[in-house]
Amino acid sequence: MRNRIWLWVPLAVFAFFLGLAGYMLTQEKDQFVESTMIGEPLPDFALQPAFAGLPGAAKGDLVGGGPRLLNIWASWCLPCIAEAPQLEALKEQGVEIVGIAIRDRPEDVANFLARHGNPYTRIGSDAISEVQLAIGSSGVPETFVIDAQGMIRYQHIGDIREDDVAVLLAELEKAQ
Amino acid sequence: MNRAIIAFLLALLAIPLAAQDTMPPAPYAYNQLDDPALEAQASELMLTLRCLKCQSQSIADSDAPMAGDMRHQVRSRILAGESPEEIRSWLVARYGDYVSYNPTISATTWPLFAIPVLMIVLVAGVLLRRLGKRRDAAEDAA
Repeated sequence: MRNRIWLWVPLAVFAFFLGLAGYMLTQEKDQFVESTMIGEPLPDFALQPAFAGLPGAAKGDLVGGGPRLLNIWASWCLPCIAEAPQLEALKEQGVEIVGIAIRDRPEDVANFLARHGNPYTRIGSDAISEVQLAIGSSGVPETFVIDAQGMIRYQHIGDIREDDVAVLLAELEKAQ
Repeated sequence: MNRAIIAFLLALLAIPLAAQDTMPPAPYAYNQLDDPALEAQASELMLTLRCLKCQSQSIADSDAPMAGDMRHQVRSRILAGESPEEIRSWLVARYGDYVSYNPTISATTWPLFAIPVLMIVLVAGVLLRRLGKRRDAAEDAA
């Protein structure tokens, strides 16, 4: 009789996996690949200006002073339009935002800024995504909090929504 | 009727609003290295690196601009004398194990390697016991 019960174990295991698979199918898949560079120093880089209106960006521009935001964006990126007002709001709060434009052309950058506002103090042009790869960013837009020592302290993936502004301000405060 | 046909044809022409840039690809995105031995090293590595944009493809398989930029990184680093495993660890340091299709034993992946071994030991144990019992029964009968 005891052996009879053991016969059900494989079926129970199978049912468990079937249930697990069914459950996982209903779960939303997290497509975000988070950077594992949080807590690491910003890698060395020096990028040419993305357009004539602002200087380019190098690691040295993000070290010293206070914490800053490093915004990875592109003029061809639609969510970047959506986050423009939030970047403007952060700038009005006194936050310095350094931009890195991914695979972009100077005329497109200038056009985007003329249309959607310019919250940046500098924008470096990353035509082959090398700085993006070096900091572990996997898309546009992404925003990193960099402290005065040049350490990467926080990563925001995707466009900055209205309620993310307070989160970023708090992270900047933490990075003081 | 004509209108319907025209509307249908126009619908076929609709281009999805793709968030893609128009920049030329990075130098080594679609160009092989001149040295065949180095190119072989690079392509072997590229087949085992995950495209971050299209996460079920390797960067060797993907046409996403970012995959092209990753291929450029791989080829130019190989050309600069880095070994494939150095490049893999450079990427893993930035994106975690997720970026590599070559699984390593870590705090999260050890069950993948441990469970098959455990199963084989378990099955071997059951088999030995059963066979042992049968032999005992055969000896008793003899």
